[in-house]
Amino acid sequence: MANEVVDHGRRRFLTSATAVVGGVGIVSAAVPFIKSWEPSARAKAAGAPVTQSLKKIESGQQLIVAWRSLPVFIVNRTPEQLAALPKQDPRLVDPKSDGSSSEQQPKYAQNETRSIKPEWLVMVGICTHLGCVPNYVGEMKPEPFDPNWQGGYYCPCHHSRYDMAGRVYRGVPAPKNMQIPPYHFVDDTTVQIGVGPKEGA
Amino acid sequence: MANVFARIGDWVNERTPGLAPMYRKHMTEYYAPKNFNLWYYFGSLAMLVLVNQIVTGIFLTMNYDPSASGAFDSVQYIMRDVEWGWLIRYMHTTGASLFFVVVFLHMFRGIMYGSFKKPRELVWLLGMLIFLALMAEAFMGYVLPWGNMSFWGAKVIVSLFGTVPKIGPALQEWIMGDFLPADATLNRFFALHVIALPIVLLLLVVLHLAALHEVGSNNPDGVEIKKGPKGNRWDALKPADGIPFHPYYTVKDLVGVGFFLLIAAFIIFFAPTFGGWFLEHDNSIAANNLVTPAQIKPVWYFTAFYAIVRMVPSAFGTAVWGVLGMFGSIALLFALPWIDVGPVKSIRYRGTGYKVALTIFVIAFFCLMALGMDLTDEYFPRIFGAGIDITLWDNVFGRIMTVAYFGFFVFLWLYTHLGWEKTKPVPDRVTTHD
Repeated sequence: MANEVVDHGRRRFLTSATAVVGGVGIVSAAVPFIKSWEPSARAKAAGAPVTQSLKKIESGQQLIVAWRSLPVFIVNRTPEQLAALPKQDPRLVDPKSDGSSSEQQPKYAQNETRSIKPEWLVMVGICTHLGCVPNYVGEMKPEPFDPNWQGGYYCPCHHSRYDMAGRVYRGVPAPKNMQIPPYHFVDDTTVQIGVGPKEGA
Repeated sequence: MANVFARIGDWVNERTPGLAPMYRKHMTEYYAPKNFNLWYYFGSLAMLVLVNQIVTGIFLTMNYDPSASGAFDSVQYIMRDVEWGWLIRYMHTTGASLFFVVVFLHMFRGIMYGSFKKPRELVWLLGMLIFLALMAEAFMGYVLPWGNMSFWGAKVIVSLFGTVPKIGPALQEWIMGDFLPADATLNRFFALHVIALPIVLLLLVVLHLAALHEVGSNNPDGVEIKKGPKGNRWDALKPADGIPFHPYYTVKDLVGVGFFLLIAAFIIFFAPTFGGWFLEHDNSIAANNLVTPAQIKPVWYFTAFYAIVRMVPSAFGTAVWGVLGMFGSIALLFALPWIDVGPVKSIRYRGTGYKVALTIFVIAFFCLMALGMDLTDEYFPRIFGAGIDITLWDNVFGRIMTVAYFGFFVFLWLYTHLGWEKTKPVPDRVTTHD
């Protein structure tokens, strides 16, 4: 037994087989630990639709409501702000929201005002760059960051700028227009965020 | 009594015969070049700060509550109600910033004197890994007080991973364990900050020192004392230009420690927030997921890398380029031993081109830092008049500095690989030998 010739091929095979089986075991054992970092059932469940009355939002005013812990901007846009929207087109990355931003809104909000009703903007207030909440700068006056400011959003983190429909300007870090969530009007003065309008309605 | 200690010592030595030789190898018989200057304080100071962070950190965990509902209040509790809690926390927060001060200086020393070059590439790589672990550690520690800057800082940094094409959004949710930084995020960051990363850091520090002690320390002249003449006062076979680390450099380092503690104590007692640089004012407001602070900027030590994110515009419908630029700015430092292959180590004997390039690199780093801290938004209107377009000026200035930062590496590669460098003769021994 002691003088037996060593079969190196067999020894190499057994070593690699052991290493492979051990490796598979380690990788499999890592799966539960990696999966444990995913959003828990409790976190996923906290995403019900939100209903908001619009009665007290004056023209030009913005209200922020929380939907799935995300800030949703509801703005009653003034006629002046609406009139300025088409004039911004040449300065925007994707004015019609049909290019890089084609996934950023439901079909029923893929228009010039990015809304169901022109005056009401309902939008997830998260900058498409790195997720900050842009500031609402509604007044049309020269701003330090833009001498020709026509109202819109200014992100304090990396100075991205958007117009009054959440469409991103050229030359800023953000790549896309801000997201429009699914929403619909329950009646003339109530909006529900999280559920789109019924088909054909 | 002395007899008792001697007997205990003998008892231990008989059972662990390797212990005393190991002590000698790393302390009394580790021969370091005799010409170390001021720049050589920062390695030992980094160790001192590490110890400070671990000790104060342990005591902070005793009163800290790692939950989204309790974290902010528990930090206020530490500051107001825990006996001496304010001191322990300020030692920890000031230590975090000073950690980066000494590490930046330590790294600059390595670049300036060519300490990353052969045969010390591994020392440099391990050091860079320490730097990376330290950045992760600092970021997660910054999130723990759960102030509004903690929350938004976490959101922005995690969003960096969200820019990865295809898997980005899923990766982001995986890191946060929710759709926004939340309880789950805070809990896991706490676990990583107090257990996982400190273990990694300590291991890397041990490896960094072990690798250094194999090859021996570099010095301001960049000459290898091991290749010089042999024989010093303690050992006929060891380098003539080396002196024992203990007691010579331990005593020297104690002087550095004294000065350092003086400065640290001044900050801790008189300026713990350091004008909003070490502790940001907006972080005294509890986390609020609906309100972004007026200005989001990282703590000063991340600003230079972070400014690069801002300076690279999006293209092809993705913002990943800026993130790649930021990670690239650190990845290039990892690759430095293979980018700068000039045979002369120390700046003292290197070509003029190198000195100019290094100066520009340092200026670019500071300018990016100022940009990332939004200092330019404050000073540009003062210098160029109030009516200027700040975004435009920021972009022009920042992009020039970003190009200068990356240009340093491109230049070094060309300069040393194509043999453009005209070096001065390097002395055979350290210049201060007797």
